[in-house]
Amino acid sequence: MVALVPIATLKDVTVKRRGKTILGPISHGLESAGFTIVLGPNGAGKTTLLNALHGVERLSDGSVTWTSPDHASYKDQAFVFQRPIMLRRTVRQNLAYPLQLLGHNKNEIETEVMDWVGRVGLNGVLDHFAPRLSGGEKQKLALARALIQKPKVLFLDEPCANLDGRSTREIETVLSEVNTAGTSVIMTTHDLGQARRLASDVVFLLNGQIHETGLAPHVFEAPKTPEAKAFFQGDIVE
Amino acid sequence: MNEIWAGLLAAFHLIVTLDGDLVEITLRSLQVSLSALVIASALALPFGTWLAIRRFRFRRATIATLNALMGLPPVVVGLIVYLLLSRSGPFGVLGLLFTPTAMIIAQVVIITPLIASITHQAMRELWAEYHDLLISLNTSNRQRVLTLIWDGRRALLTGALAGFGRAIGEVGAIMIVGGNIDNATRVLTTAIALETGKGNFALALGLGFVLIALALLVNFAIHALSRTERHSTW
Amino acid sequence: MIRALTLFLCLIGTAALSESMKLAVTTSFHNSGLSDVLLPVLLEETGLEVQLLIVGTGQALRLGRAGDVDAILVHSRADEDVFVAEGFAPYRREIMYNDFVFIGPSSDPAGIANAASIEQVLNRIAIEKALFVSRGDDSGTHKKERALWQAAALDTETFGAWYKAVGSGMGASLNTASALNAYILADRASWLNFRNKSDLKLLSSRHPELFNQYAYLPINPDKHPHVNVEASQLFENWLTSSRSEHLINAHRINDEALFVFNASK
Repeated sequence: MVALVPIATLKDVTVKRRGKTILGPISHGLESAGFTIVLGPNGAGKTTLLNALHGVERLSDGSVTWTSPDHASYKDQAFVFQRPIMLRRTVRQNLAYPLQLLGHNKNEIETEVMDWVGRVGLNGVLDHFAPRLSGGEKQKLALARALIQKPKVLFLDEPCANLDGRSTREIETVLSEVNTAGTSVIMTTHDLGQARRLASDVVFLLNGQIHETGLAPHVFEAPKTPEAKAFFQGDIVE
Repeated sequence: MNEIWAGLLAAFHLIVTLDGDLVEITLRSLQVSLSALVIASALALPFGTWLAIRRFRFRRATIATLNALMGLPPVVVGLIVYLLLSRSGPFGVLGLLFTPTAMIIAQVVIITPLIASITHQAMRELWAEYHDLLISLNTSNRQRVLTLIWDGRRALLTGALAGFGRAIGEVGAIMIVGGNIDNATRVLTTAIALETGKGNFALALGLGFVLIALALLVNFAIHALSRTERHSTW
Repeated sequence: MIRALTLFLCLIGTAALSESMKLAVTTSFHNSGLSDVLLPVLLEETGLEVQLLIVGTGQALRLGRAGDVDAILVHSRADEDVFVAEGFAPYRREIMYNDFVFIGPSSDPAGIANAASIEQVLNRIAIEKALFVSRGDDSGTHKKERALWQAAALDTETFGAWYKAVGSGMGASLNTASALNAYILADRASWLNFRNKSDLKLLSSRHPELFNQYAYLPINPDKHPHVNVEASQLFENWLTSSRSEHLINAHRINDEALFVFNASK
């Protein structure tokens, strides 16, 4: 997966809150090579862009059209939020929940749950109360709960913020696996090292606008705009 | 002070001897108020939750109305239910007046807004927490309501207990629609009113203590039951 | 939910099944303890269960008009005549009588104990402006009290704060009088059975105007076809029988007879 293919068309996408524009208007043909990393300074609109693509953010104007009908509906997409939302249930019940919504039978659910709990290494806390888990465990659970739905597109909003190195590596491993297995990933991060490790392509946001896009090696090695260059060098960009 | 002492003694005597009348009216109190609680909860829990998750035009007005209805004077409810169920009223043919069913109806009307309002308060918080996830998982409204009710069940229990407390201690409405008929519709509160009317304070107070003990007992029992679920403590 | 519904249906079921009639009676009938004497015997002898709604005469008449009870047993002649004239009951049948008594503080500040007539009793209370508790609930007793003031040419509207209309039943009113140490008009039965007398005392009674006739009025099935005519007829027959006469006349509290049976057989 090194070639960019069109995945979604954004037309005049605008998000305003209390009259202030925080994203857009963006008109852009979004392309991905499989693992898209969304970068940009604080307040650039990264989270809002992901929410808008997924459809949990109400657009003030414009529309998002997915190129492939396989990617278009909620059930083809899953989202891991920056602050993992834990249902007030056990780890097991959290994992089972999306499958219960889809009406899967008990045995099927049990098999899937045990599979994923093993893949993210939560076997030891299977029957613990999810809101009481550590930050790393919560993030892994949120990831597993998203992946158990077998999404075609997986959104992640800063999944490794506030995590230690070990948890970060474990999550990155899982993400690489599912990406290799064919799930498109669209993820925001603040960690440039992580971006370089994972990205196949990059979307650089600035002031609510898509400032620069391209395959990861191109963008990282030869950014076209001075702002992107400064950002990748670790300067403060406004 | 003397009379309170006499009341305690009377309560003690009634309970120790397992007085037949006392057992009967206590069971009827429980039957009426628990039935009302179950029915009111079946209405109020989904409705209160639905109010928390839906945005519609008259939402604020609906919530304000609901909160106002929490303070419905039971006597007025009793009078209205009486007029509706009276033989000369629209539902007279059902012959429900002066039956425990009429008392249950009145209590349902009294406690449903209370439970719905408490439910709405509790569910609003939980919905704010769950909002993004449940939207992302493409849940239907029905699934949202059920998820919130299940995961917020401890908070809802408090609401339900408040409703039960209001129901079992209520006298104005059930006196009117039940008629306080011996062996048919007499419950603890109406018996207390009757004995007070006879100037029989010791017995009235004794029944009062039984009522208080009953309310406490039900509260403890439900809390103990919910505590057996170890995982849901937070 | 299903359990609740089942319970609900069971309740409706039990309510409809029982062999019974509903009778609205005045407080005095129950507070005197007479109902506890009569009804168990009735149940044993005839199998009829009479469910009592213990209310004021005003409310009893309302319940009867609405058809919510099968018969009423009240004591307010003028209202009963209207009730019959309007066709809600085919007739009224006199059953028994008791009497009203004047209760007041044992010190009797208005000095009514030695008054020669009711007119004198009331005038002394009014002149003294002694605290007086009125039922104020449109019950038979309240109607009687108002009629007495009227007969004595005194207007209750012009009375000051000493005249307290409490709007409550006999028991609650007696409790109030007891707490205020005030004068009050009560029926003898309720008074004798009242347990919270404190400093109150029976001061004046046996005046002819204090005569209190109870009458039985079955609800007219022409007005309310659903009423249990058989049961109310059965009860009337039993209530006017020699058996009932004996029970009513023999009912005593503190060795005082409360009611005098006077039904025509």
